[in-house]
Amino acid sequence: MLLTLLAVVTIAIVRQRSLFGVVILASIYSFLMASVLIVLDAVDVAMTEASVGAGVSTVLLLATLHLVKTTEMKRVRPHLLPLFVSLGTGAVLVWGTLVLPPFGTPDAAIHKHVAPRYIADTIKDTNVPNVVTSVLADYRGYDTLGETTVIFTAGIGVMLLLRKARRRGRRDDAETSR
Amino acid sequence: MPTLAIVTDHYHYAITIFLMMAGLYIVVARGNMVKKLVGLSIFQTSVYLLYVEPGKIIGGTAPIIDPSFTVYSNPLPHVLMLTAIVVGMATLALGLALVVRINEAYGTIEEDEIFERDRET
Repeated sequence: MLLTLLAVVTIAIVRQRSLFGVVILASIYSFLMASVLIVLDAVDVAMTEASVGAGVSTVLLLATLHLVKTTEMKRVRPHLLPLFVSLGTGAVLVWGTLVLPPFGTPDAAIHKHVAPRYIADTIKDTNVPNVVTSVLADYRGYDTLGETTVIFTAGIGVMLLLRKARRRGRRDDAETSR
Repeated sequence: MPTLAIVTDHYHYAITIFLMMAGLYIVVARGNMVKKLVGLSIFQTSVYLLYVEPGKIIGGTAPIIDPSFTVYSNPLPHVLMLTAIVVGMATLALGLALVVRINEAYGTIEEDEIFERDRET
């Protein structure tokens, strides 16, 4: 199953020490995730994941690798504690999922709340057949406004960080040439 | 037999939580900052799975209204996860910009080496 393949790629990412390898594996991981999302009927999410997760993220990571050292150093501290912490948390979470409704049942609590109203009324209210679009842009438009605000803030942050760096680099050059 | 049914019904949750914990492990245990960010994005993608999986109905189809279908999967998690993907992208970009800055200031992106430099000064 695709999910098992995802787990295998994740193990490879944990073990891989060359950062180029990590980035390429992360890209493969994103494409696998997109395939899983298509199987789960989330076609819009899959499309976004394939373009953003596998495309833009990979480009950004590679651009960063262009500027920094590309091999990971071996750890000097022992890493048993993080292993135990993650295994413990994972065990508790798995135990918690055992009482959740099984996969694919139509009468689970999640399908009883507002989702049926969105599906039933989308044509009448917005005349958009794609329910995901109508919820994103119409019923929950404020969420999307918040999302764009986050992007805007992050963009400003990246610009400020990198611009300051460039100016300092220029000053350093001037000092060394003097 | 009920044990087997429980295992197959909740297998997807087990894998999702495995991915989540692998991401957490990378973030905590690895010192390299680029790798930490990759771990963080693995954690985020596992959250997409955690949300989208319960929304699937067996026999349902993608939530695009068409007269020839009657059963649709739940569109609400899809919308929330679209937002989450874009926000995750923003955090990744900001984190990588910080990594580039740290690399300029310290000449390294390994946590241990950065702590050593701090101790020296």
